[in-house]
Amino acid sequence: MEQGEAALERLAEDPRYRRLVRRRGRLGVALTAVMLVAYLAFVLLVAFDKPLLARSLAGGATSLGIPIGLGVILLAIALTGIYVYRANSEFDAEVAAIVAEARR
Amino acid sequence: MTGSSGSIGWPALAMFGCFVLLTLAITRWAARRTRTAADFYAAGGGITGFQNGLAIAGDFMSAASFLGISAQIFADGYDGLIYSIGFLVGWPIVLFLMAERLRNLGRFTFADVASFRFAQTPVRTLAALSTLLVVLFYLIAQMVGAGQLIRLLFGLPYPYAVAIVGVMMTLYVLFGGMLATTWVQIVKAVLLLGAASFMAAAVLWQFGSPEALFARAVQAKTAAAAAKGATPAAALAAGRAIMGPGGFIKDPVSALSLGLALMFGTAGLPHILMRFFTVPDARAARTSVLWATGWIGYFYLLTFVIGFGAIVLVGTDPRYLDAAGALRGGGNMAAVHLAHAIGGDLFLGFVSAVAFATILAVVAGLTLSGASAVSHDLYASVFRRGRADQTAELRVSRVTVVVLALVAIALGILFEKQNVAFMVSLAFAMAASANFPVLLLSLLWRGCTTRGVVAGGAVGLALALGLTILSPAIWVTVLGHAAAIFPYGSPALFSMPAAFATIWLVSLADRSGRAALDRAGYLAQRVRSETGIGAAGASGH
Repeated sequence: MEQGEAALERLAEDPRYRRLVRRRGRLGVALTAVMLVAYLAFVLLVAFDKPLLARSLAGGATSLGIPIGLGVILLAIALTGIYVYRANSEFDAEVAAIVAEARR
Repeated sequence: MTGSSGSIGWPALAMFGCFVLLTLAITRWAARRTRTAADFYAAGGGITGFQNGLAIAGDFMSAASFLGISAQIFADGYDGLIYSIGFLVGWPIVLFLMAERLRNLGRFTFADVASFRFAQTPVRTLAALSTLLVVLFYLIAQMVGAGQLIRLLFGLPYPYAVAIVGVMMTLYVLFGGMLATTWVQIVKAVLLLGAASFMAAAVLWQFGSPEALFARAVQAKTAAAAAKGATPAAALAAGRAIMGPGGFIKDPVSALSLGLALMFGTAGLPHILMRFFTVPDARAARTSVLWATGWIGYFYLLTFVIGFGAIVLVGTDPRYLDAAGALRGGGNMAAVHLAHAIGGDLFLGFVSAVAFATILAVVAGLTLSGASAVSHDLYASVFRRGRADQTAELRVSRVTVVVLALVAIALGILFEKQNVAFMVSLAFAMAASANFPVLLLSLLWRGCTTRGVVAGGAVGLALALGLTILSPAIWVTVLGHAAAIFPYGSPALFSMPAAFATIWLVSLADRSGRAALDRAGYLAQRVRSETGIGAAGASGH
């Protein structure tokens, strides 16, 4: 199935398409920002405050850096999950509706 | 364990033999299903999201990750975690910004997407060049790991070991294409996750809790420092040092720069991006990233436990150390020795076979990616202007596989003494500085033009490469100069923004007729990338 460029450009004006792209884009940028800030904060801690990360968590050998590092890993997985959940439950249906209409 | 270059006996050989037979059977099965270009490059688009997630995780759980990072944790403790986190955090970015759009626009290589609305010849030439450079650096790292491992396990001389890996991967890719490469990767990912889970569980079970493990590791490092003649206070400090960031990150600029390279390099690695074309649609592409992120994150947690376990169980056991107190077989063998400490010869054999399988699977994926850049981008699109027939294109691809294997073997031998994990970070820096900016702006910025992406991509690539040569790792360590001209550990902090700025400025200044076409093509490309209209589907068999 080959869509003409003109049809695609008409679709770009469709308010539902614009709304979908805006919402999905916003979610992507917001989640990217959260990941970037969390990771860069971690890297800057490594760079500027090594003693803080090396400090003992509860008097034992485990340092504060362990839960922080673990947290960044879990955050990455969680953010990915949030995006996939939103995309599967909302965006896919909207895309399908828009594409079906465009084909008609 | 008999001697530093001794053989580990029959269990390892037998298990390794089983793996080789299994993968050859997969290759044979895949070869019968690999006829068209879509089969060869993208497994016919018939891989599921879950399978692709495992295969992507397999590409990332390379020898550099398993052996290199556990070795780094064995040596420096916490520092190894910094590397792992950097490798992981690129995945969400790939998902949020690129995965679905890539799947919707591309067919076989990321250059399909980067050149979608641009002049084909210049953009594809640049993309192929950067693919080949990234693939070569990554390949060198894998080859070095393979050579060290096989030399230790089977007592083979290093050059033979590297050559065997080269021949095996050539077989997979040459005959089985992407289908064989993907399934070898999946099998290996499952084996590796299983073996690493068992090792981490055994370590935690032995010590009772992470806290106890860390405490024993600190004790072990303290004792080792004291034995080398440190004062008690200095020894204690050396022991505690493994629980926090240490010498790995020397200055803030290097830290940031390496961080950016790891994070955005993931979004520009050609052999990873290529995996998004093996699934049927954008939804499967998305699912594969979720699975991949989960598996990779889990794997790095395991690696952390394994590295600390090795500090105690391997680092204090004279069986695994040479006369000078260094690890037998080289620094990268910490995880392999730990397998022996935990499960004896049998488990050592299993983990060795898995580690070898890891290397084979990753180099196969890399080689396929490099070969497709030459045959699909350079030969079919640039030289034949898109008029090459499939048979000729596949022939070029297969010849390239053989050439790449020979080059990889030669370079693997040449770079024997380099640290494996560090070589990988070079590949990431180039991917972050050339492929990522080109892809992102071509996808999301209307004003982007052919001239802009070619100039920006070339600047990013040249700077990443040039600054790396001038950095301590090559300028001082390899070339033997007294001081490095570029003092930081990674170039990405400079080369990546330079690429973005160049694309932006050159595109803005571009008043050519081609630029008008480039901008006019944006809207339709954007709609295709967001909706999947006109996307290449799964090919029917």
